[in-house]
Parts: sequence; structure tokens; C-alpha cells
Amino acid sequence: MLKKLFMLFVAGFFLASCAATKTEEGGNVDAASTSASSSSGGEITAGTQEDLIVNVGDRVFFEFDSSELTVDAQATLDAQAAWLTQYPDTNITVEGHADERGTREYNLALGDKRAFSVYSYLAQAGIDTNRMEYVSWGKERPEVIGSDETAYSQNRRGVTIVSN
Amino acid sequence: MIKKILFILFFSLSANAALDITISQGKVEPTPIAITQIFGTDSDTARYGNTLRQIINNNLTNSGLFYTVNEDLYIQSDNLVEKVPRFEDWKLIKAQFLLSADVSKTEKGIRLRMRLYDVFNAKEIEKLQLTIPNEDLIRRVGHTVSDIVYERITGETGYFDTRIVYVSEIGPLDQRVKRLAIMDQDGHLDSHQFLTDGKNLVLTPRFAPNNQIITYMEYKNNLPRVFIYNLKTGEREIVGDFPGMTFAPRFSPDSQSVVMSFSDPNTANSEIYLMDLNTRSLSRLTNDSGIDTSPSFSPDGQKIVFNSDRGGSPQLFIMDKKGDNIKRISKGKGVYGNPVWSPRGDLIAFTKLTQGNFHIGVMDTNGGNERVIVRDFALESPAWSPNGRYLIFHRQKRSNLDGTGGEVTIHFIDITGYNERIIPTPRDGSDPAWSPLL
Repeated sequence: MLKKLFMLFVAGFFLASCAATKTEEGGNVDAASTSASSSSGGEITAGTQEDLIVNVGDRVFFEFDSSELTVDAQATLDAQAAWLTQYPDTNITVEGHADERGTREYNLALGDKRAFSVYSYLAQAGIDTNRMEYVSWGKERPEVIGSDETAYSQNRRGVTIVSN
Repeated sequence: MIKKILFILFFSLSANAALDITISQGKVEPTPIAITQIFGTDSDTARYGNTLRQIINNNLTNSGLFYTVNEDLYIQSDNLVEKVPRFEDWKLIKAQFLLSADVSKTEKGIRLRMRLYDVFNAKEIEKLQLTIPNEDLIRRVGHTVSDIVYERITGETGYFDTRIVYVSEIGPLDQRVKRLAIMDQDGHLDSHQFLTDGKNLVLTPRFAPNNQIITYMEYKNNLPRVFIYNLKTGEREIVGDFPGMTFAPRFSPDSQSVVMSFSDPNTANSEIYLMDLNTRSLSRLTNDSGIDTSPSFSPDGQKIVFNSDRGGSPQLFIMDKKGDNIKRISKGKGVYGNPVWSPRGDLIAFTKLTQGNFHIGVMDTNGGNERVIVRDFALESPAWSPNGRYLIFHRQKRSNLDGTGGEVTIHFIDITGYNERIIPTPRDGSDPAWSPLL
């Protein structure tokens, strides 16, 4: 106990010198995780994120606690593969996401499996893996806010982001 | 140099607890204690005395094991540091214990003297005198005195002189800004500090059990990786710098290793690995095509409980520290997660999703005697107090399509399920973790 009390006061000196940051938060929030904005009515440039969203579909959806690609998802990815073949200079990052009904850590793992399902499907469809990366965002970046199945079903997703 | 300006005297009169409180008793009737005015010799020391009294009062009351007798009932109003109390007066108002203290200035700094009396047995059971160099340490003195009173009366280790690290949250739910933050266990605003600036997403901070180092996950350059952060030096470094995601870190009981999940970039399959922080050598503990995550060591370092969906749905499993003898322990219906081994070694806290609600519960280490402590729409991240009597966790409200709702707050609860309260944070808070005693 004596030792503990002594340590208390030694430790106290560190509190004053502790290098905690006190700056206000700000700056860009995880730019890669935000979805692309929609068209503002102008021409869509071929080979861009907007082109992918409007003319192909940038995302696929998953069942609860699953990273298996549905038939619909495979169709979307076939179209994405064709699009990526058509624009060989585009690189992509695939983001995997989960709904909020799981623990943070389990959902990070699940999001990674979902992103990889998309990534490996595209790779098998002939897209060079040097053009692709994937990352999990777990349940941290929902597309739709809400605590019901309508929101969850849109949040369990893999999203293809054009990264150049 | 520090030693020279410190002047500490500490007397412990007895090692025996005045009461014997064990967790298996269920709800405990709070013990009545009277805390006299903490007397000062001038306006400064009187102010310190008021602050100390408030801290001690709050701590003891919040533990659920004490209540303070209403001051209006006090018959004797003297400083009882040097004077023997009139025990009959305190017995009359049913104060079982009596704390008195005073604060004065000496050339060494600010001096506190404290006496703790057992009223029914009419005797002094603890006394303490300590000197601090300046008032910056007043809150810590209040927590330390609270720990001494708590330990002396209940026979359990105290937990007041501790801190909570957590994730401070602000902003829209789909673009949440998350920062690491730290505060005293009581959440007092004066003790609150941010540790990161919010530019990178940070998740799941956890304290080392033996020092002031935390481990957590951060998206640095949009790559999710495990870091450690030395709170004394301010040094931060990546420990899981591999070509795949590293996450779900937790220290080993000796604080020399971190156990975490690593997702193989060629398969995206999460396995549990142990990294020795001294040698930086990495050993793989699991090998299964399912998700393996949320590892937590037993306090003797011999076993690890973890979360895996290897059987189909996420359940809790136990393995030896080398990864052998894997056994499922969760037996109930539902989806389990977040297992955390108690620092006493006897229980595992967990979350469970069933029938649309999350539950936080505890079970024996073989999965037996599962019991639910709290249930709500969204509960997560149970973390133990260092004495193994309390849990902190977060609770999140439902959110709505228009972006409202989703408030997330940190809560404290006795593992008997009683005495739940919010730990206040300046913004929303999630993923709380408790420090060891400072």
C-alpha cells in the first residue's frame, strides 16, 4: 500500500506532461469510405465512379451473417468485370460492410470476408489483382441510417470504389 | 527529486476487513457511513476539503455498497481527526462507519489527514496522512482515500483510483468521427482528455493489466491495423503491420504480449495470433475456415476465450494458450460475442443476441451458470472493473431513417445486475475499457 501511494504521486507528474492531443477534431473523415455522389444532371464521364454507379451498379448485397454472393450479386459483378475490362486503367478498392446487429469485432471480420468475396469473384473473372484492393469497414459506415431490416439489408454490402 | 518533495505517512492498523462482502451474495444492503466535513485551515484548504468529500461520497455511493447518512442528522460536528468521536451520537443516527479528515498547508505541500472509525465497535480502524505537492493531485487523493475506505470495510480491492479509456463519438451515424478519450472512472469532466484528433477512425481500446499502455485499432491511411499507445510517453506505434487487417487486440495478463485477430489477405479469413511485444514474434493460435476473433486471456495466462462461427453461428470457445484443446462453452440459444475473462478468473462476460435483443451476461469458465445482467436493443463491449465486481459497457438507442437516434452511452453495473448508472461523457461514448489501479 505504501508503495502504491508513492507511485500515485510519481504518476501524478506524468499527468501534467502526458502528450495527449487536445486539438479539435476535423479534417476529412475517411474519404475512401464515403459513397460516390450522384449525378448533378450533366454528362457522365466514362470509366468513372459515377459511370459505374449509373450504368453498372457499384454494389452487391448480402444475407444476414453471410459473405456468399447471391445470384443477383454475381450478375452485378459480371457486369463490373466487363466494365473494368473495358476501362483497363481504372483501379478499385472493394469495401465490405455489415449491418449493426453484430459485435464490432465480428463485423470487421465479416466485412472483410464480404469484401474478399467481391474481390476474388472479380479476380476469377479476369481482373488483375494488381488493380484491386479490399478493406473492411465492419458496421462503422452504414449506407442507410436506421434500426430496421430495410436499413440492414442495404448496409450488408460490398461496394466497388474507383480509386484513381 | 520527486521523492524529496513527497512526505507520506501511512499506517494500516489491521489487515482484516470490517465486513465480508462476496459477489455470490447477490444484492447487498448498502452500509451506512457518515463522512464529516473535511476541515480546512483557510479558504483554499476548505475548498480542497469540499472537493475531496464530494469525490469520496460519490465514489462510495456509486459502488452500491455504501450510503452516506444525511448530514442534517449529524449530532457531532467536530473535526474528529485528533479527537475521539462520541460514538453514541453516531450510533444513534445509525452510521456504521465514520470518516473524518482535514486538510492543511505545510511547507511540503497540501497535507491530508484521515481517520476511519467503526462506530458499533467504537474504535479507529484506519488512519492515513499524506502530502501532495500541488492541488492537481486532489482528485487522485480523493480516489485513493475512497479505495482505502472501500478496501478496509468490504475486504475487496478498490477500483476508484482508475481510469476508463473509451471511444468518443460525434457526427452523423454514417460518418461518425471517433476519438480515443480517457477519464477517471467516475467520468468527472475535469479528468477528461482526448487522446486522438478524430482524423482516423479508432475502435476497441483496451488497457494493459499492469501499466498505462493501451492497445486499439485504427484506420491509418484507411488500413485497419492494431496499435499500442503508451499513455506516459505519448508514443504510438503499429504492432499489427501486416498486409491484412489486424483487429480485436487485447493484452496478455503480463502485459508483454497482445493477442489479436489477423485477416489473411489471400483468404480474408480471421485467425487469432499472439504477438510478443518485446521480440515482435508472431504465433498463430487458431486454424479454421470460420471467423476467429475477440480473444481474451484468463488472468493466469493459461487459457484464451474467443468468438468463432466455426460451428455455423458465432459462439464462444476456450483454448489453451498455444491454441490446443478448443472447446465450445456457450450453450444457450442465440449469437454470442465479445467474451471477456474476469480479472478474478471465475467468470466470463459476453454479449448475446437473441429474440431481437442484445444481452450482457456472465457465465462460468466452462459455460455453466449463464445469467443475463442486462438486456436491451443494442448493448456491446463489456469490460471488467479491475476488482472483478463491476462491468462497464455501452448501450445504443435505435436510429431512424432521418438520421436521428442512435445515441450511445457508457454504463456501469454491478454483476449482480443492480446499481446500473450512466458514466457521463461530454459526447457519445462507446467501447469502454478499464485501467488497472494506478
